[in-house]
Amino acid sequence: MITKSANKGIAKLPTGIPGFDLITLGGLPKGRTTLVAGTAGSAKTVMAVQFLAEGIKNEDQSGVFVTFEESPDDIRNNMVSLGWDIRQWESEGRWAFVDASLHPEHDEIVSGSFDFGALQARVEYAIAKVGASRVAMDSLGAVFTQYQDRSIVRRELFRLASALKKTGVTAFLTSERTNENGKIARYGVEEFVADNVIILRNMLEAEKRRRTIEILKFRGTMHQKGEYPFTIIPRQGVVVIPLSAMELKQKSSSLRITSGQAEMDRMCGGGFFRDSIVLVSGATGTGKTLMATQFMNAGAANGERCLIFGFEESREQLFRNAGGWGVDFAQMEEKGLLQVVCDYPEIMGLEDHLLRIKHHLDEFNPHRVVVDSLSALERVSTMKGFREFIVGLTSFIKHKEVAGLFTSTTPNLMGGTSITEAHISTITDSIILLRYVELLGEMRRGLTVLKMRGSAHEKTIREFTIDGSGMHIGKPFQDVSGILSGYPSCGPTAELDRVNSLQQEKPNG
Amino acid sequence: MQQFRLKLYVTGQTPRSRGAIRNLKRLIEELIPENCELDIIDVQAHPQSAEDDKVLATPTLIKELPLPPRRIIGDLSDTNKVCEGLEIAIGDVRLQGERL
Repeated sequence: MITKSANKGIAKLPTGIPGFDLITLGGLPKGRTTLVAGTAGSAKTVMAVQFLAEGIKNEDQSGVFVTFEESPDDIRNNMVSLGWDIRQWESEGRWAFVDASLHPEHDEIVSGSFDFGALQARVEYAIAKVGASRVAMDSLGAVFTQYQDRSIVRRELFRLASALKKTGVTAFLTSERTNENGKIARYGVEEFVADNVIILRNMLEAEKRRRTIEILKFRGTMHQKGEYPFTIIPRQGVVVIPLSAMELKQKSSSLRITSGQAEMDRMCGGGFFRDSIVLVSGATGTGKTLMATQFMNAGAANGERCLIFGFEESREQLFRNAGGWGVDFAQMEEKGLLQVVCDYPEIMGLEDHLLRIKHHLDEFNPHRVVVDSLSALERVSTMKGFREFIVGLTSFIKHKEVAGLFTSTTPNLMGGTSITEAHISTITDSIILLRYVELLGEMRRGLTVLKMRGSAHEKTIREFTIDGSGMHIGKPFQDVSGILSGYPSCGPTAELDRVNSLQQEKPNG
Repeated sequence: MQQFRLKLYVTGQTPRSRGAIRNLKRLIEELIPENCELDIIDVQAHPQSAEDDKVLATPTLIKELPLPPRRIIGDLSDTNKVCEGLEIAIGDVRLQGERL
């Protein structure tokens, strides 16, 4: 008879570290040891503590923390800001420290060969005492600095790792690396816990720190490949952002919603789709924020909640602008239909922005969300980081099945596209271009719907004007070409039209 | 004469444990037979003691008295080193520890 268990493979232990279980496809290999290697300041200790903390908080699994480096007191104190009350867990018998940190007052000298029998006995004793199923050891490299004979230390750590395996606990061992791209870990530590290796990186790229996590190998079991960004949040700890590991399973709706512009709705073939993302691109002053304002105003008029993230203008400016177009943000806010979140892009990294946006989305649960503008965020990140951010943001928004409107500022007044668009255009469902059009000595404005996924749309470039009551979309530009490239030229009809209109206006003026 | 208080941590009945115990007992007998209090602790039987004393390696010899406290790690085969750690003058006594 064939038993099921023979075919089961290696079970995983869900760690509870946000995002981590997604990229590991279910957690750490259960009952095995995993080496987590990283340079100084790559959050090894935080993650090791969190591995135990999440087990205690969520799964009622006790943990043993073996520290070779920091004293237990330092760890207890340092982790308070992350919301982990280790002292409390110790008093409840759910957390035990094994203090193997260096005590200079012991004044040790070495005479002859030795083993780590005492350490092993202490770890096994602690595991039995709290009934631990998780063990963290931080960090192995520190043991090598305590003893001169590295071959003994290596042999003894190997023996300890084997002993841990026998107890059935899932172990999380950390070790340091000397640089981000060198060998896996110092002192060849990976050789004795070679089953599973995870690498934490803290890279400096274009003057910005970027933390990533990579699963190098999980022996005998699957995982996501490549680097994933992560960040450390107060009262939460490490949060991995599982960008490409996120599932594209959002539903797609054929329900249409209004853009706040009857004419725009017509151009889009009946309005935006309810769970689509629209990118509005244009140079400064072309009316992007206005489109966003009208989009939210229309939502609020239908009793829908709207959330705007402003990265260019302050709250006051947004309110004043809206007022200038006849939209009362203050009233919308009072009714609970509007939430305005304004931040300077520079206050934090993109990963943190992304998590904040997600937090607000979860809290406010809006029907419509606006980001004004994406290009402002571009300047606080590297290209790669920005692309990941866009993917993550789009995925969050689509997951919530809300309508999103992002604005993007083009660097040139006339024509042109921005880097933002290059990254986002394939992800968004619709693209609307707002452009200045210089025609016969006048600066006019034109717009066109470039793309409308899943629907027919008007292909013309329409002229529009902005006044105290908002945006007014007029007729298509006739006989003008080269608007989008930034070098418009007009045919004879346009010139004739203009002369005619001048003559018609004369009697009135 | 100074009073010694020593603790020797060992792991079970391994050859290394037995060797360390033999080496230490011989040294005590030869040099400080009258005034030494020795406590031999098996970490497998008494892990909490090892925890309290923060012992990692075995064998570990802890000299609690005379002050200052000191630790000697290993099988105690190097008598000169052990005597140095215990601050005992060897004088003319020639002792050879058993290497493992």
